[in-house]
Amino acid sequence: MAAKKDKQFDPVEILHAIEEKFEMFQILNEEGEIVNKDADPNLSNEELIELMTRMVYTRILDQRSISLNRQGRLGFYAPTAGQEASQLASQFALEKEDFILPGYRDVPQMLFHGLPLATAFLWSRGHFQGGAIPEGVNVFPPQIIIGAQYIQAAGIALGFQKRGTKAVALTYTGDGGTSQGDFYEGINFAGAYRSPAIFIIQNNQFAISTPREMQTAAKTLAQKGIAAGIPSILVDGMDPLAVYAVTRDARERAINGDGPTLIEALCYRYGPHTMAGDDPTRYRTSETDSEWEKRDPLIRFRTYLEAKGIWNEEAENAVIERAKEEIKEAIKIADAAPKQKVSDFINIMYKGELPYNLQEQLAIYTEKESK
Amino acid sequence: MAQMTMIQAITDALRTELKNDENVLVFGEDVGNNGGVFRATEGLQKEFGEVRVFDTPLAESGIGGLAIGLAFTGFRPVMEIQFFGFLYEVIDSVSGQLARMSFRSAGRFNAPVTIRSPFGGGVATPEMHADSLEGLVASQPGLKVVIPSTPYDAKGLLISAIRDDNPVIFLEHMKLYRSFRQEVPEEEYTIPLGKADVKREGKDLSIITYGAMVHESLKAAEELEKEGYSVEVIDLRTIQPMDIETIIASVEKTNRAIVVQEAQKQAGIAANIVAEITERAILSLEAPVLRVTAPDTIYPFAQGENAWLPNAKVIMETAKKVLTF
Repeated sequence: MAAKKDKQFDPVEILHAIEEKFEMFQILNEEGEIVNKDADPNLSNEELIELMTRMVYTRILDQRSISLNRQGRLGFYAPTAGQEASQLASQFALEKEDFILPGYRDVPQMLFHGLPLATAFLWSRGHFQGGAIPEGVNVFPPQIIIGAQYIQAAGIALGFQKRGTKAVALTYTGDGGTSQGDFYEGINFAGAYRSPAIFIIQNNQFAISTPREMQTAAKTLAQKGIAAGIPSILVDGMDPLAVYAVTRDARERAINGDGPTLIEALCYRYGPHTMAGDDPTRYRTSETDSEWEKRDPLIRFRTYLEAKGIWNEEAENAVIERAKEEIKEAIKIADAAPKQKVSDFINIMYKGELPYNLQEQLAIYTEKESK
Repeated sequence: MAQMTMIQAITDALRTELKNDENVLVFGEDVGNNGGVFRATEGLQKEFGEVRVFDTPLAESGIGGLAIGLAFTGFRPVMEIQFFGFLYEVIDSVSGQLARMSFRSAGRFNAPVTIRSPFGGGVATPEMHADSLEGLVASQPGLKVVIPSTPYDAKGLLISAIRDDNPVIFLEHMKLYRSFRQEVPEEEYTIPLGKADVKREGKDLSIITYGAMVHESLKAAEELEKEGYSVEVIDLRTIQPMDIETIIASVEKTNRAIVVQEAQKQAGIAANIVAEITERAILSLEAPVLRVTAPDTIYPFAQGENAWLPNAKVIMETAKKVLTF
């Protein structure tokens, strides 16, 4: 006789019940209207202007970087347009003592956390000085291995916890990154130790060409945090106020000893995966592109700020001009960086005395390169 | 002085550095309350507390990530990979991340991380526990790789490894953990990384080796002495960077050499040593430099391992070929 199905223990039902909980959190809708007044982080006018300034600056930096790359004046570059809110509003919620572990697309957050633009350009060009993070700037060089930054963030968070430092480690990956083992290990370790980490998934819908639906059967990526036993939330990643609010909230919990948070930010990258030959028309349609462009973070934030009377075309143009000027200056500094030598590479391999093999090779290259 | 096994010497070294430097942290799977599967961390959590000696969830890659993050917050992490066969689970943290920390940041960051891990054959472990994978990490620029063969060396080398500002892989041969005791000073001392030790002096042949094969080589040297051959045994102790000076000085004295490793022959440490000797001392050689290694198969299952592992007998046979060339 078939056993009577007990509804209480229906695994399908349990799954659906969890998935239904993950509705997209939004504060500022596509029309630039506050739709969730209770959750409004109530940023001051100065703060709102600063956040808008950073988003406009980054959009210009993206356009200029693409054009510099096409002229052969920049190297590796991963376009950022469409992700300004998920990137910059989350960084905006941090303090200087907090540590950022970026992926390779997360250069803008590094800049606003203190990295000089010229250093970012050197990194893009593949100059070893591009990894020279200045003293006091709490960022890692951008991670290339998808997911590796998640376990390292768990390590930094544990270090803060052991030292009693009131700071958080915040890291980013994409939708594809959530399929990596290190993603699960990172959120699980931080959860097990209740350490102050914030894990952000910038779900920009495609891992190079692979659509989000092919990464996982999970309806949302945020729900993956439930298995690790950590608070998790799905947010409109093109809504700067919502991204700021959930990140700030996660930071509060973290520094109060309440452990890590996983944030899935829904967004879109308008450009290719990187400038190294990716062609998005092979895997997405212009209809999808325009649907997402309607949700653009700059458009809705501009509308909101203009309605408040604290932003106008003149203000925006001033930011654009400044961005162009600073980019020009940074390129000049990058151009002036010394030519790279093999002896430089040898000298940065180890701290302290070099092993015999490198000592011998250093002598050979120093001699060669002094000519 | 106390008589200690290698495992006791290792615990003693960890205790010494936990006492000396409050930034030293010891962690891994089962290292806390349980004291490690080999008892290498026995009593340390009780003595130094759960903040400094702690268990991790069961995920080697995650443990590597923790070590990197903890190093960034100023700690001196000593992490354990429970068995070195699990290296494949953490190879990105080791070779992809730790080894590159200084280079990737133009020298701004460094990673004073020590990775301890048991390895080596002859103790009937399951698959993926006994493999000699030192060649895999020794081929990665940015790492140092240490393999002690005695309790005395283990303590002095482990203290040096922990104090080193670069990532160091410290491999502990399981067969040597409790196979013999040796006088080990209770006070602290260091043995510099990258310095070999002449475990036995001789003038007719140099045997260059490391790890458990040091003892097989010493046995072979004793047997060969009965036949009238004077054999020198060099224990590398650190395989990256290697003590080329000691190797070459020995070969220039004996004019004959063999290299012995427990690992398989292909693309191994021994091949590198032969190449170094050839490049630097070919005119001193009276005979080809031969290798004694395991064959190029997957490490066999426990009952078969003694047929597979190199031993004193094979070392003697190979030595004689070179001595009578």
